[in-house]
Amino acid sequence: MGEKMEGQYALELIMKGKRVDERNFEDFREIKIEKNIISKAEGSARVKIGETEVIVGVKLNTGEPFSDTPEEGVLIVNAEFTPLASPDFESGPPGEDAVELARIVDRGIRESKCIEVGKLCIVPEEKVWMVFVDIHIINDQGNLLDAAALAAIVALLNTKIPKIKDEEIVRGEYEKDLPVVFKPINIVVGKVGNNFLVDPNFEEEKILDAKLSVSVRDDDKICALQKQGKNEVSMEDLEKMVDIAMKKSKEMRKLVK
Amino acid sequence: MTKTEEKMIVNGKRIDGRKPDELRKIEMKVGVISRATGSAHVSFGNTVALASVHGPRELFPRWMQESESGIFRCRYNMAPFSVEDRKSPAPDRRSVELSKVIRLAIEPALFLEEFPKATIDAFVEVIQADGSTRVAGINATSLALAHAGIPMKDLIVACSVGKIDGTLIVDLNGKEDNNSECDMAVAMMPRKEKITLLQMDGVITRKEFSELLNLAKENCKKIYELQKKALKEKFG
Amino acid sequence: MEEVKETREVVLPGEFIGEKKGRKVGRGAYFEGEKVFSKFLGIPRTSEMEISVIPLSGIYLPNFGDKIIAIIESVELSGWFVNINSPYNAFLPLAEAVEEFVDTSRTDISRYFDVGDVIFCRISRVTKNKTVQASMNDVGCRKLYGGIIIKVTPSKIPRIIGKAGSMVTLIKSKTGCDIYTGQNGLVWIRGENKAKAIEAILTIEKESHTVGLTEKIEKMLGE
Repeated sequence: MGEKMEGQYALELIMKGKRVDERNFEDFREIKIEKNIISKAEGSARVKIGETEVIVGVKLNTGEPFSDTPEEGVLIVNAEFTPLASPDFESGPPGEDAVELARIVDRGIRESKCIEVGKLCIVPEEKVWMVFVDIHIINDQGNLLDAAALAAIVALLNTKIPKIKDEEIVRGEYEKDLPVVFKPINIVVGKVGNNFLVDPNFEEEKILDAKLSVSVRDDDKICALQKQGKNEVSMEDLEKMVDIAMKKSKEMRKLVK
Repeated sequence: MTKTEEKMIVNGKRIDGRKPDELRKIEMKVGVISRATGSAHVSFGNTVALASVHGPRELFPRWMQESESGIFRCRYNMAPFSVEDRKSPAPDRRSVELSKVIRLAIEPALFLEEFPKATIDAFVEVIQADGSTRVAGINATSLALAHAGIPMKDLIVACSVGKIDGTLIVDLNGKEDNNSECDMAVAMMPRKEKITLLQMDGVITRKEFSELLNLAKENCKKIYELQKKALKEKFG
Repeated sequence: MEEVKETREVVLPGEFIGEKKGRKVGRGAYFEGEKVFSKFLGIPRTSEMEISVIPLSGIYLPNFGDKIIAIIESVELSGWFVNINSPYNAFLPLAEAVEEFVDTSRTDISRYFDVGDVIFCRISRVTKNKTVQASMNDVGCRKLYGGIIIKVTPSKIPRIIGKAGSMVTLIKSKTGCDIYTGQNGLVWIRGENKAKAIEAILTIEKESHTVGLTEKIEKMLGE
């Protein structure tokens, strides 16, 4: 189907006040969360939002801290849009969409200060824990960002720090949990005509007039914002979208353990 | 750049002597690269960005052509010598993301349907980085496009705002960028006050978001006057 | 002749240039409701019938009826592709270029126009997705022999031509050159004094919107 054709039906429905799967504008699709699904990872989660599926694996390694934060652990977030997930993804290094998604999820985690990186120091200036968060897209039916961010925080909450014996990491034996003190939640809000909606599915994403990604912390502080999509948006609409995101983030957070 | 323990605002003044709502010295010049269809040089204090536009030109490979409208491509890059620790010339993830974000910040202003099968290519080079580089890049690209005679609905204006030591500030320099509680980049089409870029990281309340957005709007208006001056000066 | 006002004041893209008042919104301008805005950095042009903007810079986009200078790029079976100084090239069909009947199965049409030849022709068709057709079926259309071609900003061509052709006539008479100006920004010049003619033309391009330009050019050519 040509680019312009995809989403036509979704658009028609939205203009009549409905969505393809009979959801309300402020409803998410069914969310399924599974923890600790990857045995070799120090932490992991699989999240399905409708048919969109993302797996996040957290691996811990030791390494050198950055020179400007010699006693803090390091966070690295990467995303792979593997071709298996969609005919639109190509093999090879991450394209701009994968890079953007990884960086938005990264900022949600990093700016919220949800990981107490100060507690990840092993030897100051020499050795710290490096937390690798790898996002693997398994199926793209829209709203990869919320699914990835959700899977990331669930995986981190269930990550355990391995033991170190004689300067070597002992995989499979754990010392303690990764110190995570907040649950930042990412909500993408879209606008079509005069309607605001959350959790746009694959077809809806193609016809959004505007899109805003908001990351909110437990204490209602906004940690990250990113306007996405091709069109301009009024300041008033941005304010409305932030309000909706903050409201939905509270509901979503209840699912995160 | 390293984080610092020092206070960023002392006696109501920022580390470079500015007031919280004061912009740095801004210089804008159009037509600086003769081989480009359009070009501009924009500096905010020590941050210097160059932008050049080539096109509209025929797009190759042909399979990339859109038969009904032109495309706009944008590449943001930081020169290796632009920062304190030499940056590798290879595009890094930040440059990849910013290339996308800047492209989307500008596209809404272009009449791409007037150039089917063609492409307009914009290149942004940051040659000196001291905070707010994407903002300088967007302002420069907008000027370069106008200089190139590309039809636009409006210019695109951008500015950065943020929060430091609890105070809301405008136009963050490099040190402030690294030590702020929040830094937010906004780009807009000034006539109708429509936002085309919004990126924020930090920790702010809902109310602070509104305040920052308005602060950005006010300053974008000031920067727009400077863009106007730079363009009219070139041709007036 | 309707009065056309062209101020010397430069407007920016997005700047308000006037109320529609039932007028046609021409090239370089767009409207929202009753308000008309500029698309370009340029000079607004208003009359009772139309409101438009002349861009100060920019490439050439072909329009129906434009008289242009084109260069043959390739010889096809029943026509030629020509370079019109635009991201789009044009097709000149055989029937639009040659009056006599030509049997294409036996004739190599490069005998009429070959790669590199320069012609003065008209844009006879532009489709929505910019497929362009040229024609030689008009007064003044011909092959141009010898001479050289220079490129100027297309929107400056009217100034180079001048009111009722006054400027280009001045240059031709003072330098003794043959000159053809194409609306696509290409100017063809032939003659011994072409350097002088070119200097004059490039000066007009650079200072097109200044006052006293005609006098300056007269002086420049007078020597």
